[in-house]
Amino acid sequence: MRYTDEFRDPIKARALVAQIARHAPPLAQRLGRPLQIMEVCGGHTHTIFRYGLKAMLPEDAVEFVHGPGCPVCVLPMGRVDDCIALARDPAVIFTTFGDAMRVPGSQGSLMQAKATGADVRMVYSPLDALRIAHDHPEREVVFFALGFETTMPSTALTVLQARRDGIRNFSLFCNHITIPATLRAILDTPDLCLDGFLGPGHVSMVIGNRPYEFIVERYHRPIVVSGFEPLDLLQSLWMVIRQLAEGRCEVENQYTRVVPEEGNAAALAAVHEVFELREFFEWRGLGSIEQSGVRVREEFASFDAERKFRMPNLKVADPQACQCGDVLKGLIKPHQCRVFGTACTPEMPLGALMVSSEGACAAYHRYGRLNPGPPRPETVAMAGAQP
Amino acid sequence: MNARLQPATPPSVVTMAHGGGGRAMRGLIEGILVPAFDNPILATLEDQARLSLADLGAHGDRLAFTTDSFVVTPIEFPGGDIGKLAVCGTVNDLAVSGARPLYLSCGLVLEEGFELAALERVAHSMGCAAREAGVAIVTGDTKVVERGAADGIFINTAGIGIIPQGIHIAADRARPGDVVIVSGTVGDHGIAILLARNELALAAPVASDCQPLHTLVASMLAICPDIRCLRDATRGGVATVLNEFAVSSGVGIRLQETALPLNDAVRGACEILGLDPLYLANEGKLVAIVPGTHGPAVLAALHAHPMGREAAIIGEVCAQPQARVILSTTIGGDRVVDVLFGEQLPRIC
Amino acid sequence: MCLGIPGRIVAISDVRNKLGLVDVCGVRRQVNLACVVDERHTVASCVGEWVLVHVGFAMSRIDEREAALTLELLCELGEAQSEIKSMRTG
Repeated sequence: MRYTDEFRDPIKARALVAQIARHAPPLAQRLGRPLQIMEVCGGHTHTIFRYGLKAMLPEDAVEFVHGPGCPVCVLPMGRVDDCIALARDPAVIFTTFGDAMRVPGSQGSLMQAKATGADVRMVYSPLDALRIAHDHPEREVVFFALGFETTMPSTALTVLQARRDGIRNFSLFCNHITIPATLRAILDTPDLCLDGFLGPGHVSMVIGNRPYEFIVERYHRPIVVSGFEPLDLLQSLWMVIRQLAEGRCEVENQYTRVVPEEGNAAALAAVHEVFELREFFEWRGLGSIEQSGVRVREEFASFDAERKFRMPNLKVADPQACQCGDVLKGLIKPHQCRVFGTACTPEMPLGALMVSSEGACAAYHRYGRLNPGPPRPETVAMAGAQP
Repeated sequence: MNARLQPATPPSVVTMAHGGGGRAMRGLIEGILVPAFDNPILATLEDQARLSLADLGAHGDRLAFTTDSFVVTPIEFPGGDIGKLAVCGTVNDLAVSGARPLYLSCGLVLEEGFELAALERVAHSMGCAAREAGVAIVTGDTKVVERGAADGIFINTAGIGIIPQGIHIAADRARPGDVVIVSGTVGDHGIAILLARNELALAAPVASDCQPLHTLVASMLAICPDIRCLRDATRGGVATVLNEFAVSSGVGIRLQETALPLNDAVRGACEILGLDPLYLANEGKLVAIVPGTHGPAVLAALHAHPMGREAAIIGEVCAQPQARVILSTTIGGDRVVDVLFGEQLPRIC
Repeated sequence: MCLGIPGRIVAISDVRNKLGLVDVCGVRRQVNLACVVDERHTVASCVGEWVLVHVGFAMSRIDEREAALTLELLCELGEAQSEIKSMRTG
């Protein structure tokens, strides 16, 4: 597979790991702790675990911190309840990406609602949801619009297409959120211990690299915008470490084959036409973050499910025992959560990080444990892996 | 009294009458099922099939007995249909014990309104699959439920076969030094079904690999009577089967990702949808654990068989980590291959 | 949400609505091309190009040259590594 296989080459991986192994330990020694590099994107978390990258890195020199770049994980339970309320309306066909099907609300998930008769349909693209609306003029089709800036253009372009086609029975339940605001909230967390960032490559494909400049200017952390193949991640990690070693602090782009410096004009135009920023938006585990969500503009009100339908719209508190927020901010690792693997497992998830396949906890639980039983420190858990 | 009653047009769909035990049901059985399954035992239409113990005993010393129910949607897909699945699935469950599959039963639950033409196609397909597999469907049952109470058609097949003397295949027999073999490309059936449901608007030249595997098993046993473990990798895929072996045998299994045979299109679909082929269903693939010394010979025997051309050694059994399956990934790092809780869903994240 | 996969546009299915057919390893799907076309780059000219596909949309044209440069850099890194290694052991 072109543009994919070449970026999974084990020989180049070894070379990158060797570079990291040369430059990271002296930095870690100076700091008195391993380097903490946050990868923001759920897709990056997935790659790290799916390819076993953690164990390839020099022990005690550098650690990945898994940030809140998983839009499913940060979806408040109340919003899931709203989805289910919509889905239970007999006039509605509720369409969603597969990722959201299993997230628990206060009364169960969309998957469970489907099992009890709600018309919930999984789609790969918002265009497929629009097609369903076209084929079922007698029903209302609601699309669960989820995701960061990567996915906003596809939703916006679908709305514009719906308007062009004169489709009246299609609307979005808009839960799109923005990355820069999230990063700012993370960086404002007291007691934060982060040395650098791997930036979200596909968000950047849309918004470009400039929106991250505040990270280097105000917060003095280097950020390298990274692709999603294992070589991309390793190279980006190496680039961050190199910046730290050389005393630089810049926004760098590792993913040059896909990310244009200025982002994608057509995508941004569509997003600006259809959406506007909300003053604040609720994030599960992180609380309310200013200017972190978007809503449908008044001009497109007929495509806005929040205006078309009545929803419970309740704020539902996370379970008391849930420490998802601390994990999302990188303050603790998944296995350090008091309910990891015990009260909170993939079978019975307490928090969204255990449900979503990109959630750090689910990834740890599924890929990271080499021994069953109570959670173990990372170094022991990785002992069985090859260097 | 004058009107000459017109003969009623025969129904084109299944009605409640077809499950009533009366003439309608008899008509369905004798008109569709008996001709399709075509064997003298069924043709007697007794309440039970009667099979000679002496004849059975000639094949070996143990009776293998299994059952499975089939509820797939859509019922017809590239590479097969629910009928073919129902026959091959049960044949294969018998075959992986080393048994010679012989006789099947067939229980049908039909939804009121199910098209009779579709039932004919499914029955015909079952008959063909049975003949190809060298088994006979010798007894059965038909029920009809009201509209909405079933999804078109549900099929249950139970099967019996005889295990030859001296053959002992079991999940707890794997030992360090053994090798893991898969008989061909993985994930074909899972992707074929997913695409056939048409929710994802993907088109790909992928067909179900549904096929009976007992002759493939026989060719393996001829070379290596001491096959340790053997299963067909249906729901849950290769990953699930290997975890079962690892746990039962108390061993570790280490897989090489680069060795896993995959069709290009299956690979493409997995990349687009974010699916892991290790967990996708197969309906015509074996996962075997054989002594390390016999690995190459068993592989050669598989390659010589039309159903095993793409067989590959994909891993080995080790002492540690116990009861775990580890994948050595293409990039060189390791990860655990765990057992899934629910089914895999496509993702966009 | 960031699962994006490189694919090749093999045909145009609807010029007006900017829809094309993308091929990923033999799997084909209709994708929206609005993000990868402009005045200099028409819908028709997309045929044969490699794009990054995300949820049914072509989101970016893959820059072949940049891809090659990235790989070259990684290659050189590998060579430098083995040079250093052989210098140490030699």
